[in-house]
Amino acid sequence: MSALAARLKPDPALLLVAPAVIFLLLFFIYPFGYGFWLSFTPVEGDWLANYRKFFSDEHLWRTVIITFQLSLPVTILNVGLALPIAFQLRRKTRYQRWVTTLLVIPITLGTVLIAEGMLTYFGPRGWLSQFLQLLHIYDGPIRLTHNFAGVVISLAISGFPFCFLLMLSYVTGIDPTLARAAATLGAGPFEQFRQIYLPLLLPGLAMTFCLAFVQAFSVFPSAVLVGAPSGPTRVISLAAYEAAFEQYDYSMASAVAMIMGFAQLIVVVIVLALRRSLYRGPVGGGKG
Amino acid sequence: MNSNFKELRLAAVSRHFDNPSGQRIAALHELTLTIGRGEFICLLGPSGCGKTTALNCIAGLLPVTGGTISLDERRIDLLPPEKRGFGMVFQNYALFPHMTVRKNVAFGLMMRHTPADEMKARVARAFKLVQLTGHEEKLPGQLSGGQQQRVAIARAIVIEPPLLLMDEPLSNLDAKLRLEMRAEIRRIHKELGRTTIYVTHDQDEALSLADRIVVMKDGLVQQVAGPEEVYAQPSNIHVARFMGYRNVITLKAGARNAGRVTLEGQGLGIEGTAKQDLSGPQATAAIRPEDISIGAGPNPIDGKVENVEYGGHESLIDVRVGDSVLLHVRTGTRVQTGDEVTLTISPERVLVYPAESAA
Repeated sequence: MSALAARLKPDPALLLVAPAVIFLLLFFIYPFGYGFWLSFTPVEGDWLANYRKFFSDEHLWRTVIITFQLSLPVTILNVGLALPIAFQLRRKTRYQRWVTTLLVIPITLGTVLIAEGMLTYFGPRGWLSQFLQLLHIYDGPIRLTHNFAGVVISLAISGFPFCFLLMLSYVTGIDPTLARAAATLGAGPFEQFRQIYLPLLLPGLAMTFCLAFVQAFSVFPSAVLVGAPSGPTRVISLAAYEAAFEQYDYSMASAVAMIMGFAQLIVVVIVLALRRSLYRGPVGGGKG
Repeated sequence: MNSNFKELRLAAVSRHFDNPSGQRIAALHELTLTIGRGEFICLLGPSGCGKTTALNCIAGLLPVTGGTISLDERRIDLLPPEKRGFGMVFQNYALFPHMTVRKNVAFGLMMRHTPADEMKARVARAFKLVQLTGHEEKLPGQLSGGQQQRVAIARAIVIEPPLLLMDEPLSNLDAKLRLEMRAEIRRIHKELGRTTIYVTHDQDEALSLADRIVVMKDGLVQQVAGPEEVYAQPSNIHVARFMGYRNVITLKAGARNAGRVTLEGQGLGIEGTAKQDLSGPQATAAIRPEDISIGAGPNPIDGKVENVEYGGHESLIDVRVGDSVLLHVRTGTRVQTGDEVTLTISPERVLVYPAESAA
């Protein structure tokens, strides 16, 4: 009896996690649960009315497709560029710090400032356009803002540094002696990358992909500022915004948010499931 | 790469680098050495002496900044490591953590596109040689340090390299395992007869393994000789210090007679053997603690025991002699702190070198 009582007595050390648990409950679990419940209590109709409306109105369900069309290629582009660049910068050199600083600056800018800069640079009367016309390289109008391309460029500028920094930390975490060992065993630079670096980097690559994808999927400011929010870049977060702040239908907005979360979850689950099949242990070469 | 080579020649191999303040530093200065097929060579020296630099230059992991390396008549110092085909065992083993032990060992053969059945046979033979049969499907992380070390050796020898390079392969193991693995490495060398260059800072390891020892300090070769010669006849005071001549005393150089020299000062008078040309007014004597004994004999020195470090069969004692010189003595005679003793040293075992400048 006393043994059972002792086992049931809570460990006082558990109190240490209380602040984190409270924070999570207040700022994540409760709002999420509330939104979830709200999405099933529509203004009119039965409990599934919001979802039925979303998937029957082309103006709404197309936003999911548009968001995927934007975020998937941009994420692949960012991760695909970050990997080789981070790999090339894996050795500590004098210019590594300069390149890193240069590549990281966009992170500090924020999407609104990037959009602002893009409008003056890439806009129809922007510097790029003026420069090309001055040299008569390309005389036609340049349309890189207020369309799909504009949002892609904006997401690449703001998302790349994030991918690069993550990949750089994964790459530099790999013991360079492994590649040297592979070299003494007859592996040239390409085989060293394929046999040693790539398999050890794949789990990190999957993680980076997930984080970058979630970030790109929730694109909002650049879709409005440098995109065409009424058509080609009408992303899902925009649909939620309109429902909440233009139609004041919080229930519908919650339903859109739930669908958005679910779409993100699907991709993340697929990528993480693929990651499970990879080697995920330490990336060192042994003791020492 | 030809594994039936006759000799590997290092001619004035140097490796310089620029330090942050722009000075050119020689990590390795003009190493010249000819290694015959089947030899076991140890590069021995304290950390920072250039021994690992030398090994990396031979492996091709570091470009040389001067001199040439050739295998018989063929220059190899400009080839990348993957074209040299030397097997290398790294200090931290550098096993590929994501591959099974079998794949690790087969890696070199895979890169050479060895036919599957030949690969299988050779890998199995390598596992048998390092006594790891049965562990093939494990990941390196599931093995103990000693087992990982043996995988690293198997991976390097399975490609049958003309030259096997080992970079302090035992320094990460505990003392008992180190002795076992040392015997293992000697056995494998005997069985395969592969030319081996072995880097270590442990003189016991070098003495027990090597056919020839290359003692290095500050990027410079100090002595190249067989283990017995390096042990008994160090060529200079640095080698002597490194080989365990713990008593180093600088005194006035006195009368000289047929290689014998008498050193005087600090209330002492010791007869020793000159190992180098002594021209200065002072000279340095190097004596091993083991070469000093308690009792009557040549070079009698009176002193008082200051400290006794019990070591089982033998004890290490400190004896204050002359004005204030402290001598380390290893002896089987039981003494106690405060005892008055008379020490004796054979003049052949007092090695005299030119005085160290402000050492």
